[in-house]
Amino acid sequence: MSLLSVRDLTVKFAMRDQTVTALNSISFDLAKGERLGIVGESGAGKSITGFSLMNLLSRPGYIDSGQILFDGQDVVQMSEKALRSVRGNRMAMIFQDPMVTLNPVLTIGQQMVETLRAHRKLSVEEARQIAIVKLREVYIPSPEERLEQYPHELSGGMRQRIIIAIALLLDPQLIIADEPTTALDVTIQADIMELMLELCQSNQVGLILITHDLGVVSQMTERTLVMYAGRIIESGSTRSIINDPQHPYTQGLINALPQQTLPGHQLRQIPGNMPTLAQVPPGCAFNPRCEFATDTCRSQIPKISQYGDVEVACHEVHRLQTEPAREEEQA
Amino acid sequence: MSDLSHAPAPSRLQKVMDSTMMYSFRRNPVAVASLAVFLVIAVLSFLAPLIAPYDPYDPASIDLMNSEYPPAWVNGALPEFVLGTDDQGRDLLSTILYGTRLSIIIGLCAVALQAFLGITIGLVAGYVGGRTDSLLMRMADIQLSFSTLMVAIIFLAVTQALFGSETFNRYAVFFLIAVIGVAEWPQYARTVRATVLAEKKKEYIDSARVLGFGPLRIMIRHILPNSLSPIFVISTVQVANAIISEASLSFLGLGMPPSQPSLGSLISAGFDYIYSGSWWITVIPGIVLVVLVLVINLLGDWVRDVLNPKLYKG
Repeated sequence: MSLLSVRDLTVKFAMRDQTVTALNSISFDLAKGERLGIVGESGAGKSITGFSLMNLLSRPGYIDSGQILFDGQDVVQMSEKALRSVRGNRMAMIFQDPMVTLNPVLTIGQQMVETLRAHRKLSVEEARQIAIVKLREVYIPSPEERLEQYPHELSGGMRQRIIIAIALLLDPQLIIADEPTTALDVTIQADIMELMLELCQSNQVGLILITHDLGVVSQMTERTLVMYAGRIIESGSTRSIINDPQHPYTQGLINALPQQTLPGHQLRQIPGNMPTLAQVPPGCAFNPRCEFATDTCRSQIPKISQYGDVEVACHEVHRLQTEPAREEEQA
Repeated sequence: MSDLSHAPAPSRLQKVMDSTMMYSFRRNPVAVASLAVFLVIAVLSFLAPLIAPYDPYDPASIDLMNSEYPPAWVNGALPEFVLGTDDQGRDLLSTILYGTRLSIIIGLCAVALQAFLGITIGLVAGYVGGRTDSLLMRMADIQLSFSTLMVAIIFLAVTQALFGSETFNRYAVFFLIAVIGVAEWPQYARTVRATVLAEKKKEYIDSARVLGFGPLRIMIRHILPNSLSPIFVISTVQVANAIISEASLSFLGLGMPPSQPSLGSLISAGFDYIYSGSWWITVIPGIVLVVLVLVINLLGDWVRDVLNPKLYKG
């Protein structure tokens, strides 16, 4: 049985004059210990997906319909009390900016001990010992001293390690990492990613990595979802999505990577912007930016279906495959 | 090198003494002087039963024949009454010491009550939001639209009439604390709510929710400590305000009875004699009141400057 199974999850935001749909019938599964990447531009619904999994959307957002089965239990239907015993305990979340995710007035030790004691019956001393072990696991030097320090006394990379240690404190089965390295500089990014990969593999922890960095996804994850305007438009093994993307949007994302362009040439970015949720175009949401769009694309929403190694939501995917080598001609 | 790594960890007191706040305090002569004056007044008044030459609450020690002796430096004074005596023949120094103690106690307790009510309501309003927030804040608005003194006067006058002045006088301290405490909670509630709204949006609150903490724990352990600086600032100002409110109410005859005078009732009692030449009964407690309120406000100003990051000059 899979650890997490999301079925037709629809999330809406009740705005003053209208209700917009932020997530539209999202479905995916995550096996125990599997690592899944969710990629897409800003506003695609990646972070909303992360928060929905914890059932932590705050007003005006709400889960309209769908199921989130975590270990067989539906998170959407859970009572607030049951949710609290899941959050932090069996499902942990890591945020983007380590500078602001730790409480500035509590020491690292206080925050770790509090987290442990909120979920387990432990004495302060026992909790401290566990905290020290976890800090060692994330390669924090002299953890006993770190416990006495306040977040402002530590560097960004150090703080993100501590946040990872806090996420791992209660040995969760799933970690949701929402752009965990975006706020860090590149060398630290690589360290942190390596650390997370190592910890997830050694502890058999499932990972949902939300990011816009395809490079990170290709190193870290086994499977990838590509999201656009609140829908999953392509999903499959990370290897096939990176090497042989089917959806024109995914192709665009990969072609836009600087490594895909020779030095001195202009970057091949996707023209236009993601539509705002209030004004999603009819048909395929990507059609105004897509060079292959046809009348069908402008009127009918494509269904996600198996195509080759991956599932893809595109009307024109067959035609694209029969007209190969377009990219090479352009380059 | 080894010297550096083996340096003993600074003690807690040492850490406090080295903090930015203590540094700024030491560098600010006004703050140092204010705190010194405040401490002198507070310590003297709280030691009143030990150091006061007479007990103004003991009718046996009062001799009406001693009334209205001037302070020692005026002609016709008796040497045993340093600051003179009041209209009932009580030693003014002793009476002021006891009265100041009463004023400070009422001020602090009233502010504690205000803070408790205001912080609770402000936290709930800010954190829960929505209708609860609107309801609580409209209550605060309504309360603020009455002046504190007006509410207090009505309340005290009604209770005085209801219980009779005998009972009222016995429990006057509690009535004063309650009425000043209840009348001023919106100040706290508004400030706390505003900071809670700002803190609530920060990511460490999200991460606390993600860790499975309940709303009560998040409010008290995570948001409240991060909202303390504005609370400190208004607390100092509010203590001064509460002392003034108490004095005003007592001056109007709605506060402490003449048998247990606070600063306000002393000023009020002496006011009747100011034209007959006994100015000291009003003026000396008046000066004590002004100095007390002034130093608290000066300390409050310093606290505000230190805790306001916009004024922080590095």
